[in-house]
Amino acid sequence: MSGWRHPTLGQIDRDRPLRFTFDGEAYTGYAGDTLASALLASGIRVLGRSFKYHRPRGLWGLGGEEPNALFDVGQGGISTPNCRATLTPLRDGMDLRAVNTRKASRDPLGLLDLAQRFLPAGFYYKTFMAGGWMRWEPMIRRMAGLGRLDPSNRPPGDVPQRNARCDLLVIGAGPAGLAAARAAAGQGATVWLLDEAGAPGGALRWRGGEIDGGPWREFADETVQRVQAAGGRVLTDTTLWGAFDHGLFAAWQRGARDTHWRIWAARVVLAAGAIERPLWFANNDLPGIISAEAALHHLVLYGAVAGRRVVVATGNDGSYPVASALAEAGCRVTLLDAREDTPEAPEGVEVRRGARIDAARGARGLGAVNAGGQHIDADTLLVSGGYTPSVHLHCQAGGKLDWDADRDALIPRPGTSALIPAGAANGTFGLNAALAEGHAAGGGTGPAPNAAGATWAIAPMRPDPKGKGRVWIDPQNDVTLKDVKLAAQEGYRSVEHLKRYTTLGMATDQGRSSNFAGLAAMSELTGHTIPETGTTTYRPPFTPVPLTSLGGMRRGGLFNPLKRLALEPQHAALGATFGEYGGWRRPAIYSDTQAEAKGARETLGLYDASPLGKIEVIGPGAAELLDFCGYVAMSTLKPGRARYGFMLGENGVVADDGVTLRLDDNRFILSASSSHVDHVRLILEEARQDRFDPSRVFVHDVTTHWVTLSVTGPQARMALETAGTPGDVTTLRHMQVVETRWKHIPLRAARVSFTGDASWELSVPARHAPGFMTVLDGAREALDGHWIGLEALMILRAEKGYILIGKDTDGITMPQDLGWSRPRERRQDEYFGRRALFTPEAMRKDRRQLVGLDCDGAPLPTGAHLVPLDGPARSLGFVTSSYHSPTLNRAVALALVDAGRDRKGDTLGVFHLGQHRTARICAPCAFDPEGTRLAD
Amino acid sequence: MQIFPCPFCGPRDETEFHFAAEAGKHRPEPAPEVTDSAWADYLYGADAPKGRAQEVWVHLTCGEFLLLTRDTVTREVLDVAALPGSREAGT
Ligand SMILES: [Zn+2]
Repeated sequence: MSGWRHPTLGQIDRDRPLRFTFDGEAYTGYAGDTLASALLASGIRVLGRSFKYHRPRGLWGLGGEEPNALFDVGQGGISTPNCRATLTPLRDGMDLRAVNTRKASRDPLGLLDLAQRFLPAGFYYKTFMAGGWMRWEPMIRRMAGLGRLDPSNRPPGDVPQRNARCDLLVIGAGPAGLAAARAAAGQGATVWLLDEAGAPGGALRWRGGEIDGGPWREFADETVQRVQAAGGRVLTDTTLWGAFDHGLFAAWQRGARDTHWRIWAARVVLAAGAIERPLWFANNDLPGIISAEAALHHLVLYGAVAGRRVVVATGNDGSYPVASALAEAGCRVTLLDAREDTPEAPEGVEVRRGARIDAARGARGLGAVNAGGQHIDADTLLVSGGYTPSVHLHCQAGGKLDWDADRDALIPRPGTSALIPAGAANGTFGLNAALAEGHAAGGGTGPAPNAAGATWAIAPMRPDPKGKGRVWIDPQNDVTLKDVKLAAQEGYRSVEHLKRYTTLGMATDQGRSSNFAGLAAMSELTGHTIPETGTTTYRPPFTPVPLTSLGGMRRGGLFNPLKRLALEPQHAALGATFGEYGGWRRPAIYSDTQAEAKGARETLGLYDASPLGKIEVIGPGAAELLDFCGYVAMSTLKPGRARYGFMLGENGVVADDGVTLRLDDNRFILSASSSHVDHVRLILEEARQDRFDPSRVFVHDVTTHWVTLSVTGPQARMALETAGTPGDVTTLRHMQVVETRWKHIPLRAARVSFTGDASWELSVPARHAPGFMTVLDGAREALDGHWIGLEALMILRAEKGYILIGKDTDGITMPQDLGWSRPRERRQDEYFGRRALFTPEAMRKDRRQLVGLDCDGAPLPTGAHLVPLDGPARSLGFVTSSYHSPTLNRAVALALVDAGRDRKGDTLGVFHLGQHRTARICAPCAFDPEGTRLAD
Repeated sequence: MQIFPCPFCGPRDETEFHFAAEAGKHRPEPAPEVTDSAWADYLYGADAPKGRAQEVWVHLTCGEFLLLTRDTVTREVLDVAALPGSREAGT
């Protein structure tokens, strides 16, 4: 036990105690606490176990930089992994579990720590790759890692995704950010002011200060009011986590329900502050060693005091107020300053000058420190190795950094990103200087807000490569100074190599408190300067963002919404079960697929073909456009007729197939496959706009304007007569089309078949579809016909060898592979994809071709490989479609097979998941090969 | 996320656009006179310039193709125009 709750300090609501558990033990905090402050005040030091060695770890920081205090938080049946204790507000009934351990305080895997000298950087890779990584990976994964995902947990997909625009985006509401926002809002600009913390003020909230002669809080409140009055917004508990192209910024706002923001700003001020660096001595990761800044933060805001016997180790003036406040709170405080020239000792604080820590002592938490040969008993050690400006977003936006020795920091190089840095993010420490810089960054004219107080003196502090013991550089990924040395020895000297070899800075804290130390250590080891050593690339996200926030409401049915049929309610009333087909929700089965397929062959089948593409191509240039875009010429098609054709890519590969109807000289309808409509439309549009005169031809996708019902089977004509369709419909011959009227309703009828039986595709404007369907259904009932689902339709078309592009073809199938070589041999004019049909590859005799398969027994598995019966096993192709045909009473299948047409009559092996069968190659069409049923 | 200007619809989110081709490539034809390598170069050879680039994109929501001049390094959009079609090319 070291932390405790101060009786009066802090801004928590002591009238509202909140109960929570940590690793099963009950504790109490207060409304206003974060998880971090509640645990600190409860005296709990060991909050988790480290990633690799299972070392005990405690609280380090105050915000998004926290490397150790991560918890799986359960509340209300929802468990959220890896919540950062410093950013998560305490709520009543929370159940906290330490990550990477069963219980933080007692972890048998802590023994791993004893084996540490056998586990250097690269150990796992070097050791286990040779022995077969697959064998070891599950065990290593159990021993390492962070939080646990509860697979049964489905957090709500209710995060709104909102878009915003503003004149000025200010990232960080500390003194510099407040000054920038105030200056811009004063000039009438729309300002968005964001801060990761729960309230504006930044370090003012715990360091305090006076601005323009009054309390800082008045200045902050007034600034918020000005921003809001000018139409801007102030968002707290909001992390701006990514800078993207064209001035887009992404922010994650936390609350009872999160919000995800996309913000476009005309100007951006980066006032994200700085993060305290640790110090580097043996055992510098012991629980009880805390950032000095964080200790002050937790003391002032929550009354959570880090310990009773406190040593502060520093090299800068910023730690003096920390020591002073702790002494005033009742702690015994010794301040060790690495410098000889220091500020005055604060009241109640013993200052030792020129003192550096050599080692921390303690087993599961700090017990004492060694400094310059002296032993000092302490339960808490607060450290400050200086400050690292938060430049991540500047770098994400493409900005470069310069080394500034005076500020002892890498700071944004002016003009290299669109973000204007101000305050500590720019290496400008001290209240007055931050206010002045923020004021200027916000475009302020006139005098800047003014504050008393000197700027801080900071002495550079660096890891000492000759230091003894285990010195931690990156506590979250368990990277030590020794690992950095090893990397340097083995030649991984560039920072990017250092990072990948040791995993330095690759943890969820993005190395915010550790990257600088790794860089500085490598620079010392190699004798290069810090700018020569370089920095790693900064990429979004700045902080881990929950996938629920990124995904928003795009879940389940909203992830990729299906298109719905106009007649869906009617199909549902007929008992249809629906499925997804090419982005449409369509009837899959009405009663029984086999019975539906058989019934359609014997009497009559009806199906909803509305998703079939209907692309109107209109104008005097229509025929010319279709000739160029299609493999089969359409200019020779007579009005009132239909023709089957293909559309290719310029690479000659079949992109779609379908029937084109010519309604009159200058008007065609292209029936693209239902899932390829958009693609086909773009092929037509590109040629129309790039190659032809776009004023002479128009392309218009009217797919959803019409409902198409298909009537197929021996009784189809009888059904149309029963339904009272006009004579010009019932007398249509195969591949003819007519535009007519049914009663007063426009009706387009086409004799086009996807089943191999005489079929009529009947299209009416969508709003007339219900009445039309009722009439057709009445005729069906009278004739004992069937509604057939897509599954039955698949059987019918496969019996005929009719293909589906993308199912029975793949990314290399050309029309000649499907048996359609005439246009390739005959056409003399240019068409899309023509040249690619004559490349050496396209001319090969052993190309993979469409065939049918004949086999005994059950249908072959789709996707099964066809293999030679003897000789070395290799895939000759695969099964693309396979069904049991109720009409033929046997299995039918289509396949793509190397030189398939030359193998007609051959028997091949069929291999699938370890099972062997055989099948005979035959023609794709298994039913009515003469097409007599179509001719009716 | 980039904002592209459609000459017909105005500035829109990049997710509404598809890349179509590098601009200025002439389709070699008639096919019988085009060598295999010339065709392969037309199909698969891309300059992918660093810096200023002229590209054809399509605005999927309106179906119009456009000529976009942009900087592939800074992502700045420098110019946009509708495709001329054959009206200007004179075929
Ligand atoms: Zn547009």
